Amino acid sequence: MELVCPAGTPAALRTAVKAGAHTIYCGFADETNARNFPGLNFSRKELGEAIVFAHAHGSKVLVAINTFPRAGGEDIWHRAISDAGSLGADAVILADLGLLAYTAEHHPELRRHLSVQAAAANPDAINFYAEAFDVRRVVLPRVLTVAEIKAINAEIDVETEVFVFGGLCVMAEGRCSLSSYATGRSPNMNGVCSPASHVSYSEEEGDLVARLGGYTIHRTEKERSAPYPTLCKGCFTSREQTGHVFEDPTSLDATRLIPDLAKAGVTALKIEGRQRSRAYVEKVVRAFRGAVEAEAQGRPMPEGLLATLSEGQAVTTGAYAKVWR
Amino acid sequence: MQEAMDLTVAPNPFFWNLETTKDFYRALSKTPVSRVVVGELVCSKRLPFIQDAFPEAVETLVEAGKSVALTTLALITLKRERKQTADLFDAGMIVEISDLSALRHLPQGQPFWVGPLVNVYNEGTLRWLAAQGAERVCLPPELPIESVRRLAQVGAECGVAIEVWGHGRAPLAISARCYHARLHDRIKDNCQFVCGDDPDGRDVDTLDAQKFLVANGVQTLSHATTSMVRHCDLLREAGVSALRLSPQSQHFVEICEGYAAVLEGVRDAEDFARDLVQLVPDGQLADGFLTGICGADWSGAA
Amino acid sequence: MTEDLPEIPQTVQVAMRPLPLRPVSILLSRLARRVAARHPDLFERMGEYGGARFALDMTDQPFVLLLDLGHGDPSIKAMRRARVGAVDATIRGPVSGFLGMMHGTLDGDALFFSRDLAVEGDTSSVLALRNAIDDAELDLAEEIGIGSTSVKLLRQAFGVVERATGLPLNRHQMTMEPYS
Repeated sequence: MELVCPAGTPAALRTAVKAGAHTIYCGFADETNARNFPGLNFSRKELGEAIVFAHAHGSKVLVAINTFPRAGGEDIWHRAISDAGSLGADAVILADLGLLAYTAEHHPELRRHLSVQAAAANPDAINFYAEAFDVRRVVLPRVLTVAEIKAINAEIDVETEVFVFGGLCVMAEGRCSLSSYATGRSPNMNGVCSPASHVSYSEEEGDLVARLGGYTIHRTEKERSAPYPTLCKGCFTSREQTGHVFEDPTSLDATRLIPDLAKAGVTALKIEGRQRSRAYVEKVVRAFRGAVEAEAQGRPMPEGLLATLSEGQAVTTGAYAKVWR
Repeated sequence: MQEAMDLTVAPNPFFWNLETTKDFYRALSKTPVSRVVVGELVCSKRLPFIQDAFPEAVETLVEAGKSVALTTLALITLKRERKQTADLFDAGMIVEISDLSALRHLPQGQPFWVGPLVNVYNEGTLRWLAAQGAERVCLPPELPIESVRRLAQVGAECGVAIEVWGHGRAPLAISARCYHARLHDRIKDNCQFVCGDDPDGRDVDTLDAQKFLVANGVQTLSHATTSMVRHCDLLREAGVSALRLSPQSQHFVEICEGYAAVLEGVRDAEDFARDLVQLVPDGQLADGFLTGICGADWSGAA
Repeated sequence: MTEDLPEIPQTVQVAMRPLPLRPVSILLSRLARRVAARHPDLFERMGEYGGARFALDMTDQPFVLLLDLGHGDPSIKAMRRARVGAVDATIRGPVSGFLGMMHGTLDGDALFFSRDLAVEGDTSSVLALRNAIDDAELDLAEEIGIGSTSVKLLRQAFGVVERATGLPLNRHQMTMEPYS
């Protein structure tokens, strides 16, 4: 199986290549991609050099242009497509209908992947994107069970890529404005979710209190693991109950499901974390390359090596197991 | 130059019982709204309990002179849901698309509407949908006025009427997981339809007891009710053709009449805004997506 | 990853306590300016935060480092905890955490999850700094060293201390094994 790994900086990209990534995905340092964080991402020059480096080592580079272009500002996204193509990207990862249509029309030779932000969750959606825009690969939303993925693959003619490690959206991706409601900054429009600029931490009665846009979303006791200040993993009160109403602060590790995902017809395994350091990239990529090699040789999957790198220092197989719902 | 704005009623996002649903549409047929979208948007498990209300609702509404469309589900995953979606296009009515995968079932040349849960953020997307036969598009609630203005302009160029989320708890997210069931320590397959206990959703407050969100089965809404009451002139000038009003369990007829009166110019917007505080759940209003800093902001008096 | 995050040994901490802060500040500022000269990309990456001021609060040290990025002309001042004035953000953690992030052996988010690292103030500026430093692939010996001989000597000395204390003092070296 193909291992698709994140890189938020040129150094992280080189690290991923050296650690065994078949493919690296990254984005430009602007609002065109869904990890538009301070200090992160690639200039045109950096991307060009990174692609040369990756290709020299036999790895591919995918460029995520997966936010929804702003009305009146579409040319920024169109330029990103054109630059990714001329710099030699192996594919672009897109979510917006209009941008897919533009790319299919103006850059037909540039391979198109459907971003998870398009949340194509059934064979009709996937076949629609394949037929309308000649999309060659679909990143499946993190809402499907392994059995459903298998059933989808039986009905479609394009490659599928699934997340196996990292942060986990509990909402259908690309269809969530929680962050925008609380902070005015949205994943779809600005490429950020629960942005750092709107986070404040304080120590209150020994607890670490996290607020986002003024809304208290966590109170963590001293010795407990600290979560990301992400809205959907916040702690809330609903009547007499207090807890993680939407999802616990945890992240995905589907290592042990890799053989099942292979049997379900999945082409590529994706690691989340363009916002993480090169230390994370190296450890996770190395572990998953090992797992992919083990799967190819029919050996058992390695277990539980990466919990400390995970939010909540706990992992879940998420929606891949039906009880998650 | 500017056309008058009118009112569209959104599909009811909540789970009400059959009689309540029937009564709701009977009452709605007497209100001054121009069109109504009916059908189940949020969860296909609710459908067997309420689907018998829809034929009568359609008939009553059409007789009363309203345009009526049927909505698809917002998140289609199961085989059964795909089949239901395909069947919608055979009903001989306009279909409102709330999940793009429905486009795969669209018969060639059949016009359709697009709901606010489909991502229409820019000119390219709007033009593409228009070319496929979109007649009306309700924009996603999070769009700021600059985007609305530009899209209304493009809509006018390509013959698509543009609507804006005018009233109702803002639909912020949809998931495969049911939060109502999760709050009852159940999984979705064994939900026992607990979302039916909360006709306007179940409050999800912050740890500081601040009202924030509501859970509605697999959907998450804002706790505050979005209202464009203070921006009707702005939206009309921008070229928006309709405000979309999303059902709530109480006072909905009064709310429809109030917006209609404001649009007709027979009622002062500020006056109706003050009344709205008494008419929406917990008296909380928001309009920040359009002109504020964040969605939860309210431009009027606190 | 961080349950066994090394601390500066007690004896070293005691030895450092009376360290005069002024010469330390002069040395560190010189180091910061060398880093700025050798890694112009780092400041490009900081973008709008190029002038940000950070308090690096080393929890196993008697002093705090005040890092002022100065829009490309950075300075570092060592000062007693009580004297730190207004900053954009404070980052609090053990020396080993800071060195590990700088050298690419430790992940900042993981240190945050495990509560080994805490952040106060403008979280955005901290993210920018973390990402910019991660991309710069800094190496303490290279940044300090002037000629290649001194780098080699420093590296040897750091190696001895690294083995004795567990502090990550050299840039993490990656090999292509076993997947080249």
